[in-house]
Amino acid sequence: MDALKQELKSKIIEVLNLEDIAVEDINDNDALFGDGLGLDSIDALELIVLLDKDYGIKLTDPKEGKNIFQSIDTMAAYITANRTK
Amino acid sequence: MEFNNYISESCVIEDNAVFLSGENSFILDDANFSEFSKAVYKKFEIEYPKFFKMDNLSKLAFLSAELLLKEVVQSNEQENDIAVVFANRSSSLDTDVKYQESIASKDNYFPSPAVFVYTLPNICIGEISIKNNLKSENAFFVFEEFPAEFMMHYANNLLESEKAEKVLCGWTELYKENYRAVVYLVEKTSSNSFSKEHNIETIKQLYTNTLWTL
Repeated sequence: MDALKQELKSKIIEVLNLEDIAVEDINDNDALFGDGLGLDSIDALELIVLLDKDYGIKLTDPKEGKNIFQSIDTMAAYITANRTK
Repeated sequence: MEFNNYISESCVIEDNAVFLSGENSFILDDANFSEFSKAVYKKFEIEYPKFFKMDNLSKLAFLSAELLLKEVVQSNEQENDIAVVFANRSSSLDTDVKYQESIASKDNYFPSPAVFVYTLPNICIGEISIKNNLKSENAFFVFEEFPAEFMMHYANNLLESEKAEKVLCGWTELYKENYRAVVYLVEKTSSNSFSKEHNIETIKQLYTNTLWTL
């Protein structure tokens, strides 16, 4: 699980072009949206694409994203339980 | 009809160099546009992380507008009455091609929402407007060549009809590694000692980056 969390942080920084943010700057329970990393609605869509492309998870209900993308912890738990690749 | 409006500021970005009102303010050799635009961002101490999410056309337009407006816009707490009129030749083709490549294969079909939102050229005006709290008139035109006369009449009309206090005009062209931005501010009064009369000749001189050296 720890390796997946590190992988997720690295991918999020790369895919969302988070300049001047390093893997070490993101805590596992930091909020990804709002006051945390400050991601926006387009970033949320990119994360949905990331789940599909890298882990074979298709989110059929975008509302699910609100819970899944709360933090690295919640993302990693969801991916571990649902990944197909 | 003749109007006595003035060009008060300009920013030209081309060939890895920045010229502010004719003065060479920054140059970076041996860099691609991505490296150059990041270096300009750092050099002029712009603090706007969303910059790194923009496509290259928006980065070019944003930088040229930002470097010019930093002397003009004192605060973005209040609305700034500056209209924006831009034009270019390649529209958003640079990003259109990247987006098309992401959907070309059925086996690797993962269209990027973050790329898709930049498949319109006027998005760059939106980026500038958000940063500087502009809610005024704006338009983006696509022409084969820089339309000096068209831009002059359009800016004059906006000022004379009191649609805006100032008009940010520009040619922001980018396709792959070929790019050029010529952005200038038009207003009714001569606001500084460098102001030049807003007419066809000065606009053409501005476009060839020779206005301020004459």
